[in-house]
Amino acid sequence: MGRSIALSYSSARGCQVSLTYEDVIAKYEPVLGLEVHVELNTHSKMFCGCATVFGAEPNTQTCPVCLGMPGALPVVNEKAIESSILIGLALHCSVTPFSRFSRKNYFYPDMPKNFQISQYDEPICVNGYVDVEIETDEGPKQFRVEIERVHMEEDTGKSLHVGGATGRIHGADYSLLDFNRAGIPLVEIVTKIVPGTGKYAPEVAKAYVAELRDILRSLGVSDVRMEQGSLRCDANVSLRLIGAETLGTRSETKNVNSLRSVERAVRGEMIRHAELLNKGERVVQETRHFQEDTGLTRSGRSKEQAEDYRYFPEPDLVPVEPDAGWIEKLRASLPEQPTLRRKRLQEEWSVPDKEMAAMINADALDIVEATVKLGADPTRARGWWLGEISRIANEKDVAIADLAISPADVAEIVSLVSKGELTDKLARQVVEGVISGEGKPAQVMESRGLKVVSDESSLMAAIENAIAAQPETAEKVRNGHIPAAGALIGAVMKETKGQADAARVRELLLAHLGQ
Amino acid sequence: MSTLSRADVANLARLARIEMTDQELDDLSTEMDVILTAVARVQEVATSDVKPTSHPLPLRNVVRADVVTPSLTPEAALSGAPANEEQRFRVPQILGEEA
Amino acid sequence: MIRLSANEMASALAAGETTSEKLTQEHLDRISSVDADVHAFLYVDTEGALSQARGVDTARKNGEKLGPLAGVPLALKDVMVQKGVPTTAGSKILEGWRPPYDATVVKKLKEAGIVILGKTNMDEFAMGSSTENSAYGPTHNPWDLSRIPGGSGGGSSASLAAFEAPLAIGTDTGGSIRQPAAVTGTVGVKPTYGGVSRYGLIAFSSSLDQAGPCARTVLDAALLHEVIAGHDAHDATSIDAPVPQVVRAAREANVKGMKIGVVKELNGDGYQAGVRSRFEESLELLAKAGAEIVEVSCPNFEYALAAYYLIAPSECSSNLARFDAMRYGLRVGDEDGASAESVMNLTREMGFGREVKRRIILGTYALSSGYYDAYYGSAQKVRTLIMDDFTKAFGTADVLVSPTCPTTAFKIGEKANDPLAMYLNDIATIPVNMAGIGGMSVPCGLAPEDGLPVGFQIMAPAMQDQRMYSAGAALEASLLTEWGAPLLSRIPALGGAK
Repeated sequence: MGRSIALSYSSARGCQVSLTYEDVIAKYEPVLGLEVHVELNTHSKMFCGCATVFGAEPNTQTCPVCLGMPGALPVVNEKAIESSILIGLALHCSVTPFSRFSRKNYFYPDMPKNFQISQYDEPICVNGYVDVEIETDEGPKQFRVEIERVHMEEDTGKSLHVGGATGRIHGADYSLLDFNRAGIPLVEIVTKIVPGTGKYAPEVAKAYVAELRDILRSLGVSDVRMEQGSLRCDANVSLRLIGAETLGTRSETKNVNSLRSVERAVRGEMIRHAELLNKGERVVQETRHFQEDTGLTRSGRSKEQAEDYRYFPEPDLVPVEPDAGWIEKLRASLPEQPTLRRKRLQEEWSVPDKEMAAMINADALDIVEATVKLGADPTRARGWWLGEISRIANEKDVAIADLAISPADVAEIVSLVSKGELTDKLARQVVEGVISGEGKPAQVMESRGLKVVSDESSLMAAIENAIAAQPETAEKVRNGHIPAAGALIGAVMKETKGQADAARVRELLLAHLGQ
Repeated sequence: MSTLSRADVANLARLARIEMTDQELDDLSTEMDVILTAVARVQEVATSDVKPTSHPLPLRNVVRADVVTPSLTPEAALSGAPANEEQRFRVPQILGEEA
Repeated sequence: MIRLSANEMASALAAGETTSEKLTQEHLDRISSVDADVHAFLYVDTEGALSQARGVDTARKNGEKLGPLAGVPLALKDVMVQKGVPTTAGSKILEGWRPPYDATVVKKLKEAGIVILGKTNMDEFAMGSSTENSAYGPTHNPWDLSRIPGGSGGGSSASLAAFEAPLAIGTDTGGSIRQPAAVTGTVGVKPTYGGVSRYGLIAFSSSLDQAGPCARTVLDAALLHEVIAGHDAHDATSIDAPVPQVVRAAREANVKGMKIGVVKELNGDGYQAGVRSRFEESLELLAKAGAEIVEVSCPNFEYALAAYYLIAPSECSSNLARFDAMRYGLRVGDEDGASAESVMNLTREMGFGREVKRRIILGTYALSSGYYDAYYGSAQKVRTLIMDDFTKAFGTADVLVSPTCPTTAFKIGEKANDPLAMYLNDIATIPVNMAGIGGMSVPCGLAPEDGLPVGFQIMAPAMQDQRMYSAGAALEASLLTEWGAPLLSRIPALGGAK
């Protein structure tokens, strides 16, 4: 790890010197802090009954409460509390016996009340951890990322900036606000500071967010799609000289919209801080925005002139005291930890590490497991999903899960091949047919006539035709020159339009020719 | 107790998003002083062994089921809007960054 | 018929002696006749009211089952959201705003067939004790038009005293129902906190605000109380329990054996002489009716005013943040490429009045980092102490009593430039809101020195509102016997009066 990256803010500003990542980690050690916001997939909003459907027409899912109209009052969504507790339990947190909502006061046009109902000093869950594994020079290594707190809050509206370039806020003439998203439940997960990652800070950050995403997905509490905004990550980075005790000044980076961006953002910030510190300059405590195209961050609001949020207990809501019995019930309902599940499946299916990593990277684990559960051999199931089906998905530029072929279909195809009713070649055509919407495997086989020809009489007829057409070749085989059989087999395959079981043909042919 | 200077009041006005005139800032600086002196007496009895009360009622766990209820129509939602366009609230250019 | 009580009007309607439409029209005529002088109303919903009235008349003709106040008109404090009707909370920042929804209280009024005549004047965002902070000009006390009608709900109480409506809805955060009732010679009740839904009540101080009934008699208030009270799923702070039997208590008016606790710290030291004497006389009447008068001490009450003027501004500084020119209400300064931020700042500067801005600044300060513990945090502790004082006092008394406020109605403009002097009007009413218990003001006479109304405050433990009605009705009955006629029969005639 630790590729040499000559990513440089100095060079971006047109100066000569560029600092490499190696330079940075030789002198400094990073300290991380990660804040992840999860949009819950509840049917209704956090404090009102408006629907939460993604992509609805603007301002069609709003009401006096989520529009912050005078006189409106919030009432808590019980499913949001349940999901928050599940998240906390899955992260090994304690569920606090008493938690309260607070108002976080600040002004922004997409904030209907100009305060956010959140939780301040009494969050719903505290003190947990997530173990992540990364690849280091010395092999796989585990890091424990400690969780400070998990708390509930609400999302803001969305703004469209009109008039500027690329819809960005800078240079826009005016903005258009849609409050469909305002009030959707958010859960914020905050880590304690993460020291001791050394040069692997970017990888640890990425692995943490990836693991978190998998855990949340296994709980079924969120769509966790970073590109859709249902999982958002803010990365806090600071540097200190190796061996120093006091923490350096941190910066917060937002707009990190993918796992890869998490890694790049952390690495980029480490380099930027180091460049400043090396020059004897101060790191400014501020919010920065990650830019996908350059991998650099841009300065946003300075946190030094920070808003004073003037937190106080939310008077319109009463405290939450989750029943201990209910918490235990939820704990018992937790699904298997993703890491443990992956290890178990890898063992059960005897998958080599590289292939396992490939399957996980392709996000194919669930779909392969579903196929195996329906009776398919794991290796074959994996082969289909990561092979032919992935190829087609890439062609169409979609995810394998979005294709019209299901685990049941693949399981059936695997079964048909193993029974000899389909050859691999034919099976590929069936797969293509199912994906094209021609129906289930059986229907495709029927309509395209793709069954393996294996009955002896048909095969023998074709074999005899081939022999008749190539008497010299047949003679060669009779005389013990086995490879010559290839041409005859080819002819049989041609006659049967490739639907003959080639192995069976060979068997019958050779037997027929006395071999 | 603390005196609130005009700069202090200006800072509070900034936090509260109110563009006050100089006269208002001066007047408030004086008034705040008087009022704060009067209200500061709460500290006389607010000792560490007294718990604060945020809610007069001993209610807990008031929740609603996760069911969708009818929203306002977009027309009703936008009915009071100073300006609207394409079924959205139209607001002047925003200078600050999103949180 | 405008001089009748709401109960009498309801009986007349039920007996077919008049229709709701006729009754409503009478009141609309009365408003046209006197409101130029009183200015109780900010908006009169002539068409809406008559239409509602006709609806009730039709329902009655069809033999439908109707509530006890069906067809009776009512004045609604402009802090309550009413769908399609201008709602301003007494502020310029909401001028012309027509809400797209009804407050729960308004829904209940409509379901009960009560006819809403219009929206009454108030101190801006309920901040004040005189209705002088209204952005639309003050309301004038019908007893003496040069005087304040109390606040913040001066419009509602004045409309009752001026016979413009027999019923009104007010809201009370530090005394805004009770103090106007006291200075206008009417009845005003603040139910136990959570007894009436706050959904649709434009928030001033969320943990203190409460809507309540205003009327000319205790029974009328009780009837209205039972219409508007009850649990609301839209209000997470509303009480999920049956409405106390206040109508029965008002009818029975029984104080035999009731222990009435006079709060030493609210016993009128420094209060106007006539206020004190009327209070003492009322105590004697209650004793004669069978109550036992005892003295109780609530030593932390002396900190209540200070705590209130930290908690309420803090909560309001947050509640009023939503008025930002983005989604509804006033917008100024939106020209020549002005930013959203500057439009927000300018709109709030132009749209809010002086008292509102004062409290927002005070509240912002009290909540700010470094000062929270000393101010807001300490005030919340005082709240605990006040609740403890009440709990202890209610251990020896069934209800507690005091004069409602220190003086009778002062002249308009007299205290306008002295915020602290103005705040002192609430000194007896505030402890009730801090503890979340119930409080009622009942007229107990005119002060001899100025001939202006005096109010008698009755306080009951949380969720025991019926006790206030028992004591209030008993006192009212005794006084009626003493006077021979209701207090309001002595009110000077208004110009153009009927």
